[in-house]
Amino acid sequence: MSSELYINQKSNSMKSKLIESRNRVAKWSVAWILTTALVTFGSQFLWESQIITVLTIILSLAVGVGMVMANRNFVNEGDELQRKIQLESMGLTLGLSVVVGIAYAQLDTTDLIAQDAEISFLVLFMGLTYILCVFFNARKYS
Amino acid sequence: MKNNIKELRNAIKLTQGDLAERIEVSRQTINAIEKGKFDPSLPTAFRLAAVFNCTIEELFIYES
Repeated sequence: MSSELYINQKSNSMKSKLIESRNRVAKWSVAWILTTALVTFGSQFLWESQIITVLTIILSLAVGVGMVMANRNFVNEGDELQRKIQLESMGLTLGLSVVVGIAYAQLDTTDLIAQDAEISFLVLFMGLTYILCVFFNARKYS
Repeated sequence: MKNNIKELRNAIKLTQGDLAERIEVSRQTINAIEKGKFDPSLPTAFRLAAVFNCTIEELFIYES
């Protein structure tokens, strides 16, 4: 086998590996969202048994772990610049989430907001921050 | 850190995509290295030098 052919085959397999791992993250993420919705809405509208609720929470946790592992593989399979972009984005997201999360909780404890602080707002904030950070970091290096 | 990658790449008529495939990184990474926005790791620098058949010192210009 010529070295040119070997390199092309190797890089093609690297590309397809990256696409595969990205698809895997998407599938695990959809599955986790569905199991989370099942826990929330199932216990309200579909059943009354606490045992079923506990089982669906365990299922949601297990699928969540699968999603985290798929995400970890995706980051590890990227090249050094892609890993740097992910690392910077995750660092910013973590820092901002802690600062904004604590400020949000303080707004609740000091009664400056009418409703109780909800964890779902923080999760939404983290997701949006991460997407924006990846977008702007990718642009920074392009 | 400055480098001569773009000139050397053009000299042997390689696209950024071709070079990226050869050293197993993304095209975005090659673009960022050429523009001096990203300094590659030592293994990537060695792989680049191997493609252009030169030394790392000939490829990169260190600016203190």
